[in-house]
Amino acid sequence: MAVGEVMRMDIPAGGDLTVTSPELHVLAVDDSIVDRKVIERLLRISACKVTTVESGAMALQYLGLDGDKGASGLKDLKVNLIVTDYSMPGLTGYDLLKKIKESSVFREIPVVIMSSENILPRIEQCLREGAEDFLLKPVKLADVKRIKELIVRNEADDCKTLSHSNKRKLAEDIDDTASPPPPSSSSSSSSSSDDSSVEDFPSSKRMKSELSSLL
Amino acid sequence: MELVQMQKSLQDYTKSLFLEGVLDSQFLQLQQLQDESNPDFVSQVVTLFFQDSDRILNDLSLSLDQQVVDFKKVDPHVHQLKGSSSSIGAQRVKNACVVFRTFCEQQNVEGCHRCLQQVKQEYYLVKNRLETLFKLEQQIVASGGVIPAMELGF
Repeated sequence: MAVGEVMRMDIPAGGDLTVTSPELHVLAVDDSIVDRKVIERLLRISACKVTTVESGAMALQYLGLDGDKGASGLKDLKVNLIVTDYSMPGLTGYDLLKKIKESSVFREIPVVIMSSENILPRIEQCLREGAEDFLLKPVKLADVKRIKELIVRNEADDCKTLSHSNKRKLAEDIDDTASPPPPSSSSSSSSSSDDSSVEDFPSSKRMKSELSSLL
Repeated sequence: MELVQMQKSLQDYTKSLFLEGVLDSQFLQLQQLQDESNPDFVSQVVTLFFQDSDRILNDLSLSLDQQVVDFKKVDPHVHQLKGSSSSIGAQRVKNACVVFRTFCEQQNVEGCHRCLQQVKQEYYLVKNRLETLFKLEQQIVASGGVIPAMELGF
């Protein structure tokens, strides 16, 4: 298996789903050298490959989203998850999140935001923009384990559910967009897309239920 | 000194740091991330913290010594230090930074100067304590012993 490649299982319909945990390649973005060291170790100890960068700009450069037409050259370095600090000079984690979600190539990569500040509007803003989850710093091993399980589960689900575009369209629906989602070209049945709507937002729902229990 | 005695001293010393609030549970998190494959993880992170903090404290001193203090420069530095101290479990440094930020918000130069002194004090304290802790660990390892795991019962 090439470095960073995600092991995708061909899951037979109704078949046995024994998925050994694929090794995720995580791009961690943080301007703090101390936090980069810690998050790198947290991820490595959780059996992830890790690339750390110190800014949003460098993250975009790494992904090939910075305007240079070199994106195709980075195919081998497939990133399965982006974990980014919120407060960074220059591009904030939120700016980075938006840029990634605006990209047709990278929008499906889950993005997790980290912040030392427990600011509810900030958390909501990030979740609305499509962040998979929001971690309060200092990040603990249990946080990373939870995120990893979430991502691995979503990846396994993606293998058996429909087009990824359903996720985005559902996000737009939840944002109270008036227009209904256009028909998905590869959908096999509408009931499957209903299932995926339940699967797609467990983290946001969990965050929201955690938030409401905190209030 | 006997190995067992050294190990006990280390445990007591570490425990005292938690009881005094110098360190919090995040330090334990870091210790959990250390193993045979990464035996120096904690001291590596802490060393980065010392280097980073020395730089930040220096910048803070310079910023606060200006004729006209630019709080837009001061606050991000304090935020940074707050973050990194929190990440290694340096609780009192973190708390001092929280207070510091409120004075930044108020644009209170006097208050900020006092806070800087307080932060420096707490920083040198935790630095001193951690350096002692690492020395105790080194003595144990040099004597062929293993560093005992921290009991989390307190």
